[in-house]
Amino acid sequence: MSKNIILCGVGGQGTILASRLIAAAAMHRNIPVKTAETIGMAQRGGSVFSHLRLGDGAHSPLIAKGFADLIIGFEPGETVRQLPFLKKDGVVVVSSRPVMPVNAMIGKTAYDPEQMITYLQENTKHLHVVDADKAAQELGSYKILNVVLLGAALQSGELGLIEEDLEAAVQEKVPEKFLELNRKALVWSRDCKA
Amino acid sequence: MHDEFLMGNEAIALGALAAGVNLVSGYPGTPSTEVLETIAKRNPGNVYVEWSINEKAGMEVAAGAAYTGARTLVTMKQVGLNVASDPLMSLEYIGVKGGMVVLVADDPGPISSQTEQDTRTFGMFSKVPVFDPCSVAEAYEMIQEAFDFSEKYGTPVFFRATTRVDHGYEAIMVKDPEEYIVHKPEGFVKDSSRWVIFPRLSVQNHARIEKRNEELKDILSGYHRNRIVPEPGESCRKGIATQGVNFMYTLDSLQGRNTRVLKVATPFPFPEKLALEFLEGLDEVLCIEELDPVIERTLTFICGKYGLKVKILGKKSGHIPPSGENTLEIVQKAITAFAGAPECTGGEEPQPLPEPPALPVRPPVLCAGCPHRASFYAVKMAMRGKKTIYCGDIGCYTLGNAAPLDMCDTCLCMGAGIGIAQGVQHMEPDTKCFAFVGDSTFFASGITGTINAFYNQSDMTLVVLDNSTTAMTGHQPHPGTGRTVMGQIVEKVSIEKVLRAIGLQTVETVDPLEFDLAVETVKRVASEPGVKAIIFRSPCIAITKPKEHSRVDQEKCIACGKCIRELGCPALMRDTRFGESENAGKAMIDESLCTGCTLCEQICPVKAISGGRRPS
Repeated sequence: MSKNIILCGVGGQGTILASRLIAAAAMHRNIPVKTAETIGMAQRGGSVFSHLRLGDGAHSPLIAKGFADLIIGFEPGETVRQLPFLKKDGVVVVSSRPVMPVNAMIGKTAYDPEQMITYLQENTKHLHVVDADKAAQELGSYKILNVVLLGAALQSGELGLIEEDLEAAVQEKVPEKFLELNRKALVWSRDCKA
Repeated sequence: MHDEFLMGNEAIALGALAAGVNLVSGYPGTPSTEVLETIAKRNPGNVYVEWSINEKAGMEVAAGAAYTGARTLVTMKQVGLNVASDPLMSLEYIGVKGGMVVLVADDPGPISSQTEQDTRTFGMFSKVPVFDPCSVAEAYEMIQEAFDFSEKYGTPVFFRATTRVDHGYEAIMVKDPEEYIVHKPEGFVKDSSRWVIFPRLSVQNHARIEKRNEELKDILSGYHRNRIVPEPGESCRKGIATQGVNFMYTLDSLQGRNTRVLKVATPFPFPEKLALEFLEGLDEVLCIEELDPVIERTLTFICGKYGLKVKILGKKSGHIPPSGENTLEIVQKAITAFAGAPECTGGEEPQPLPEPPALPVRPPVLCAGCPHRASFYAVKMAMRGKKTIYCGDIGCYTLGNAAPLDMCDTCLCMGAGIGIAQGVQHMEPDTKCFAFVGDSTFFASGITGTINAFYNQSDMTLVVLDNSTTAMTGHQPHPGTGRTVMGQIVEKVSIEKVLRAIGLQTVETVDPLEFDLAVETVKRVASEPGVKAIIFRSPCIAITKPKEHSRVDQEKCIACGKCIRELGCPALMRDTRFGESENAGKAMIDESLCTGCTLCEQICPVKAISGGRRPS
C-alpha cells in the first residue's frame, strides 16, 4: 500500500492535528509514514499544508505535482491552490466553509468561495463537499471540522485506512475531555460518501 | 529501542540525549526551536538546559561547558548564527575538550527568515566541520556521530539541517533512556597556553587547523554517510552530486535511470577522495543542492586540481535555480533535462488544469485579539498628521506592516529598529522616530541600541510591545517572564528598571487595550525631547483564556465599516448573509476567533459592538 495525501487549509484550522491523526492511524497498522508541514510565520492566518506519504518506497517527505491520491481541503480556496498536486482520478474531500482573508475583508483583493467549489466540481472526478456548517450545527462546534473531514476521507476509501485505525489514533492523540466529541464526529461522517 | 513518530528536530534532540549531552543552550528561531524544547521535555534529569537571551550568550555558555569536557549542544536558526559568529570564529582557534555541536537550522525559501544564507559556507569561512543530514532517521544517528567526531578532533562542529528535515516527520527507532550514554566531564583544567587566545596562539592554531582539515578530507571520505549509489564501478557517464533532502528528491526522481549519485553528508571538509572515485569515468555531473552552490564549486575545484575533464553543472550553469527552496518537481525536471526521460514513469501526466479563479491572498496577519494591533493603532491615531517613521523589528509584530495598520516602515534584523530610528533621526530631526521592539527581542538585542541612543543624545520613542512571551516561535520563556525552561520560578528582569537604569527619564507602561489612555500616553510621551519609552503591556492571546466574545448589535450598526477597515482583525467581517436587505454590509463577528479584546467596541462610532470581556 502506498498513499500520497495532502491536507490544506488556513493556519489555525487544525490541519496539523489531522495530519498527526492520520500518521498515528497508519502506525497503528504498521504502515511507514513520512510527513512535511508548514510551521512558523505562515501559521498566522496564512495558507498551510501538510504532505503525508504512507507506505514503502517514499524517500522524500514532499509529494510531486500530479501524484497526490487524496486532498483533504479545510477551505475551498486553499483546496484549489493545491489541486495541481492531485493525480488524475484522485479524490478531493473539501469543507464548504470559507475563511475570508483580512485582505478580502478590507477590499484589497477579491475572493469568491463559491467560484472555488464550482471550479473543484468542474475539475475533479471524485469530489466530496462536506457541509461544515451543518456538521458544526449538529456536533456543536467548528473545532471538530478536522475529524469530520478525516472521517469523510476515510469513507472515500482513498485514505488507505479503516475506521478502527482512526479511532485508535483519536484515542491516543486527543485529550480525554474531547474524546466523546471526536468519536461523534467520526460517526457523523459515516454518511459522507465521496 | 522503540519506535516513535518524530519531527526531525525531535529526533535530533533525542539523538543528542542518547549521545550523553550534558548542557544545551540556544535561542528560539524557526526552524530550529523544537530541538531545545524537546531536550527540556525529554530531559532524563541530568541535562542542564537554557533558553539563552541570544545566540551569542548561548554559544559562549556551551563553549564554557565544553572547556570542562562536557558534551554540549547550542541551537539556533541561520540568522542567529550571525549573532553567535563572534565567539564561534575564535572558538574554532581555541577548540573544545568535550564534544560541542552547533545546531543551525537553515531555511531555504526562505519560509520564515530574513535571509537564505548557507551554514555550509559559514563552515568553510569559520573552518568548522559541517554535518548535513538528509532525513529524520539519518539526523538521529548523525548527531550522535557528530558528538564523537567533535570530541575526537577537539573542534566544535556544525550540524546544519534544513526545514524539510527539521520539520519533516518520520517513524524511526530510537534508544530508550536506559541506553543513553552517560558522559562524565573531567572538569576544567587550567592552562593559559590553551584557553587564552593571543596572536601567538592564533598563528600556531591556525596552521594546525588547516593541516587537520586537509587530513579530514581523507578521513571523511571513509565516513559511511558520504557515499556513492550505486557502488562505484558501475559504468555511468552521468552523475548527480547532492546533499540533504535533495538526495531524497533525487532518489524519488531517478526512476531507473543509469546515473551515479554522490551523497555529500560532510560538505566541509569535503570528502575529496570519495569525490574522485565518483568522478571516475563521468562526462558530466549535475549538482543538486539548495542555498549556495557548495558542492558545485568544490567539484569544479577538484576537477581543476586533478585536471579532470568532467563538466560540472548546477546553479552556476543555470541547471538548478540559484535561490529558493527546491521541490520534487524542480529536481525531477532538472534530472530529466540532464539525463533524459526516465525509463519507467511512476504516474500519469495529469491533464493541465484551467486557470483557477482569483485565489485568496493570505499574508500572515496578527491574530484576532492580538494586543499588538491595539498598540499599533494607538500610535497611528496619536501621530495622525505628523511626519513619522515606524521602525519595526523581528517577531509577531513585524506583521504590523500589513494593511490596514501599515505600521512597520523598516525591519532588518533582531534589535536593529532601535539603531535605524536613531540614524534616521540624526539626518531628519523633524521626523518623529519610533522603534517598536518585542519583549524577548528587547532582551536579546535591544538594550545596547537603547544605551547607544541615550548616550549619543538621540531623540526617539522606544515602544516595547510586551506580551509576556516569545510568541512567534511558540511561547518560550525569557528574562521578563519569571520562569526558565527547566521549570524554575525566578526573579523577573524588569524592562522598566532596565530602561530607568540606562537613564531614561520617561518610561510609561500602559495597557494598549485601554485604548483612549494608550493614545493619550503616546501623544504625551512622543512630545518629550530625548529618548523616552512606552511599554505596552498586555499578554499574548495564545497564553490567555478568552472569556466573552464581542457582539454586533445590527440594529445600531450603521455599516460604516470603520472597525473592519481600520483594524484588519480576522474576526471582523461584513455580514453577507442578507443579500440586498437592510442588514447587508453591516459588521459581524466570527465567534470562533473573537477573544473579546474590546478594541472594536472602543472605536465603534455608534457603540454598536459590546459584550466582550477581556481574556485573562
